[in-house]
Amino acid sequence: MSRGLPLTLEQLSVGVLLTLDLTITPGQIVCLSGASGSGKSRLLRAVADLEPHDGDVRLGEQAQSRMAGHLWRRRVMLVPAESHWWADSVGEHFIVEPVMDDLAALGFEHEVLGWQVSRLSSGEKQRLALLRALCRGPSALLLDEPTANLDETSVHRVETWLMARIRQEGWPVLWVAHDPGQIARVADRHLRIEARRLVDRAANEAASPWT
Amino acid sequence: MDVIALSWWQLALAALLVVALAGCVGAARLGMSKSLLIAAARTVIQLALVGLVLEALFASARLHWVALMALGMLLIAGREVMARQKRRLLGGWAFGIGTLAMFLSSFTVAVLTLTVIIGPEPWYRPQYAIPLLGMMLGNTMTGVALALDRLTDTAWRQRGVIENRLMLGERWQEAIGDIRREAMRSGLMPIINAMAAAGVVSLPGMMTGQILAGSPPALAVKYQILIMFTITLGTGFGTLVAVAAGSRRLFDGRERLRLDRLAPP
Repeated sequence: MSRGLPLTLEQLSVGVLLTLDLTITPGQIVCLSGASGSGKSRLLRAVADLEPHDGDVRLGEQAQSRMAGHLWRRRVMLVPAESHWWADSVGEHFIVEPVMDDLAALGFEHEVLGWQVSRLSSGEKQRLALLRALCRGPSALLLDEPTANLDETSVHRVETWLMARIRQEGWPVLWVAHDPGQIARVADRHLRIEARRLVDRAANEAASPWT
Repeated sequence: MDVIALSWWQLALAALLVVALAGCVGAARLGMSKSLLIAAARTVIQLALVGLVLEALFASARLHWVALMALGMLLIAGREVMARQKRRLLGGWAFGIGTLAMFLSSFTVAVLTLTVIIGPEPWYRPQYAIPLLGMMLGNTMTGVALALDRLTDTAWRQRGVIENRLMLGERWQEAIGDIRREAMRSGLMPIINAMAAAGVVSLPGMMTGQILAGSPPALAVKYQILIMFTITLGTGFGTLVAVAAGSRRLFDGRERLRLDRLAPP
C-alpha cells in the first residue's frame, strides 16, 4: 500500500461539471454515480486528459499539465465502457504477456491470446480490456462501468480480482458504477453527481432521518 | 513529319457526336445529358483559354510570368484538393496542407528535373516547364486529395479505436499509425497502377501526343518514363507530407484526438 500515489483533482471542470476538488488516496476506490448525461464519462476522460478541460490533476507530485499526454495516460489508465480492438488476434493487443494467475482469475486459459477478436463476446471483450489495461503497468485507474456487459458470476469474479489487484498495487481508483449492490461491495467512498457537483453520498444518507 | 492541322469545323464534327450521345443518354432517361454537355462545353472553353495564355507565355518566356502561371496552377490545385474531401480540416488547414504538400513536392521535383535532367535553355523555358508542372500537379493533386480524404474519414469512423489506443498510453503516432499507412496507400495506388499498366494496358497521353507530333517513338518513350518517375516522386513526397501534416493536425499539444477540427460532411 505504501508504494501507491494519491490522485488529486484540483479545480477540475469539464462540460457541465463545475469546479471539482477530490483526492483519492492510494488503494482507495471512489465510486461515482449519477444520471446518464450527468458527465461521468467526460469527467473520467478529462482526468485521463483526453478532453480539453480547466483545472489540473496530480498524481502524487506530478501534475498532468507538466507531463506529455501519452506518459500521463500510461500512468492514469482509463478503461472505457466499450473497448475497441484493432488487430486480428487478442494477443497482439498486449505489450506485456499477462500472467497465468490474472488470466485464470478472469476465467480464461492461456489459449485466449491466440483467439480472433471477432470471436469474442461482449463480456469477454470487457474482461480482456481490463486485463489489457492493467498489464500496461498503470499507477491509477479510471474504470467506466467495468462490469456493464457481464453476467452475475463474472461480475463477482471481476470485482474480487480488481479489488485484490487495487489493494496490492495501491492504485487510487475512480470507478463509475450504477448498481447500488456493486457500490456497497467495492466502494470506500461513494460520490454522486447532482446538479453539476459531486455530492458525498454516504454523508447525505447519514443526514437523512432514516439512518 | 508535320502534324496534320486540325480546323474548328473538324472539331465541330466530333462535338456533334457528343451532342448525339447526350441525346441518346437523355432519351434513355439516364439523367446525365445535362452534366455531359456542361462538361464538354467547359473542356472547349477552358482549353481554348489556356491555349491563348500559353501562346502569350511562350511568346514572352519571362521567368516571372512562368512563375505566376505556376502559382495560379498550384492554388487551383489546392482548392481542388480541398473540395474533394468529405470531412476536411477546418480553418484553412485543408487548403494549406494540400497546397503546401503539392508545392514542396511538385515544385522541387519539377525544378530539379528541368535544371539537372532535361536542361532546356533557359531552365524555365515554358514549353517544358508548364506541361511538366501541369502533369505533375494534376497527378499529385489526385494523390494528395485521396490520401487526405482517406485519413480524415477513417479517423472519424475509427475514433473509438484511436482513443482507446490513446487511453492505453500510446503516442499519437502509434494510435493513428494504421490509418496513416492506409491513407498513404490510397494516395499512391493510382500512380503505382498507372506505372504497372503503362504501355501494356494504356498508351500514356504524353507519349501519344509526342508520337502524333512526329517524335521518334524511342524518344517519346524516354520522355514518358521520365514523366512517370517525376509524377511518382511528386505524388509520393506530396502524399507523405500531406499525411504527416494532416494527421498531426488531428491531435493537439496534449495528444488528444480533436475531431472537432473536421468539418461535417
